[in-house]
Amino acid sequence: MFYREAGDFKTSYVEDNQTFPIKFDRWRYYAVLAFAFAVVPFFINDYWVNAIFLPFLIYSIAAIGLNILVGYCGQVSLGTGGFMAVGAYAVYKLMTSFPDVSLFFHVLLAGGVTAIVGVLFGLPSLRIKGFYLAVATLAAQFFLVWLFNKVPWFYNYSASGQINAPERTVFGTLVSGPSADAWAKYIFCLVFTVIVAVIARNLTRGTQGRKWMAIRDMDIAAEIIGVDPLKAKLTAFAVSSFFVGVAGALFFSVYLGAVEVGEAFGINKSFLVLFMIIIGGLGSIFGSFAGAAFLVLMPVLLKNILVGGLGWPTDLAAHLEFIIVGGLIVTFLILEPHGLAQLWRVTKEKLRLWPFPH
Amino acid sequence: MNAVNPEGYTTADGRKIGPVMMEMKNITLRFGGVKAITDISFDIREGEIRAIIGPNGAGKSSMLNVISGFYVPQEGEVWFRGEKRAPMKPYQVAQQGIARTFQNIALFEGMSVLDNVMTGRLNYMKSGLFSQAIWKGKAEQEEVANREVVERVIDFLEIQAIRKTPVARLPYGLKKRVELARALAAEPKLLLLDEPMAGMNVEEKEDMSRFILDVNDEFGTTIALIEHDMGVVMDLSDRVVVMDYGKKIGDGTPDEVRNNQDVIDAYLGVAHD
Repeated sequence: MFYREAGDFKTSYVEDNQTFPIKFDRWRYYAVLAFAFAVVPFFINDYWVNAIFLPFLIYSIAAIGLNILVGYCGQVSLGTGGFMAVGAYAVYKLMTSFPDVSLFFHVLLAGGVTAIVGVLFGLPSLRIKGFYLAVATLAAQFFLVWLFNKVPWFYNYSASGQINAPERTVFGTLVSGPSADAWAKYIFCLVFTVIVAVIARNLTRGTQGRKWMAIRDMDIAAEIIGVDPLKAKLTAFAVSSFFVGVAGALFFSVYLGAVEVGEAFGINKSFLVLFMIIIGGLGSIFGSFAGAAFLVLMPVLLKNILVGGLGWPTDLAAHLEFIIVGGLIVTFLILEPHGLAQLWRVTKEKLRLWPFPH
Repeated sequence: MNAVNPEGYTTADGRKIGPVMMEMKNITLRFGGVKAITDISFDIREGEIRAIIGPNGAGKSSMLNVISGFYVPQEGEVWFRGEKRAPMKPYQVAQQGIARTFQNIALFEGMSVLDNVMTGRLNYMKSGLFSQAIWKGKAEQEEVANREVVERVIDFLEIQAIRKTPVARLPYGLKKRVELARALAAEPKLLLLDEPMAGMNVEEKEDMSRFILDVNDEFGTTIALIEHDMGVVMDLSDRVVVMDYGKKIGDGTPDEVRNNQDVIDAYLGVAHD
């Protein structure tokens, strides 16, 4: 009864093509947006922002980026951490070189820089596929981390080798640095997340998305209908890296504030984002959000229950968390290879008829 | 038939056959030491239905792959619409207006029928990445304009009901039809069909034959097809090329080919003494 299309007629192809073709769905989406922009900022404090909202929003961006490459274009990548590092160091260099420019543009430019780097490391994808490509992107991961450790210019010759986010403003409001307000950081990241999600959705439902999916599903047939595989794959690498770069820039400048590259952007980060899109659902924007929410919320939840509620020691809880995450990933791969997004789709189909059986 | 007339002729049932559209000149294709195609020449005229037949392993599919750019022949020339074609990639061939279907269906399984057919229009969609990202202006107009063309093809092939179904859920016969729809959506000048009726029952074959004839009749599309069902080939095609062991052994109208001694030998076997 909720997701029913009955009585919801469409009289043009534009209406038929919209992101949420079902009226109920559309209103639910507007309601979520309104809540996120107009209600949440008044009620959040530092704990909520740092523990849940910022990581969720930023990982969502990274997951959407990786999903475009892996889920839509079928090119496996293990270099997400490295590309996030590129975004972080690019925004750091921009922040320190042009202190008067709004951070908003710095983040966008950092995304652009990452896109270029992504295309460079995407070049091998023209020759190699599958596991072999994954190994090639793994090389990007290790090379980039090594580069940012090795060349002092990237961290402005600081003695610790760390980079620290200076205080920068957007429209006169402080969004980076230790004294920025929780709501300002939240809104800043939320704006980026919404923009990225809308762009990703538009790209994937149109011509470009069809080219990517054609390459993913059958590259020979894609070529025969006129898709230039070189261009399609490199565009996927560029767009994906742009989003991942934006995520890396926000991760460093707004969320963490201080970064040591091997720790913040190591291979673990690549796997974390990959797990997000596998659990969330490959080839789905909603799945990227669901996966990010799942992997951000679950540790917090587990910790609150086990340590806060049951009084277990912290280290035991932390180990149990590893076990549970690993177990869940295996379970998901076996039971629902299409992830949370597929569960959501099935639920929607059931809700269409509910409470009637047919 | 009067194949000698370069300007074309009119068939018995009143269809107009134009001048030569595609000409293969002395094509030889080798894989290492194996000769898949040996010195074959034939032409395809505008508006005709041209069949390529032959026993298994005769090199028919290789020939189609040469036309669509998967293989580059070691010797010989391909002429298309009066120009010699430089070696090109498959996607460039597609942009010239040559579409094809595959022997074993090559649809995009993860996409809906509609999206699959829409991919056939890729060559007509030129909007930039930025316009697509904001889904306004040129991108949206293009999407609607091309959707109209696609809907006409969907109507024509009678697959309206499965428009939004994921391709992976469809039965074999419908998949074949969707693949034809994708090729037709490109509004090709030359349509290559690799065994369009393989694995179909009689009814599905009749449907497919009707579609092929209608495509040729209504859109004037030139069609080259490979098929093993001799009844279908003889009924549908204007001219037939017969291949055996990579060589051309016959070329002409269905009647001429049927009475060609080499063709009979190749299909029925010949006594060696």
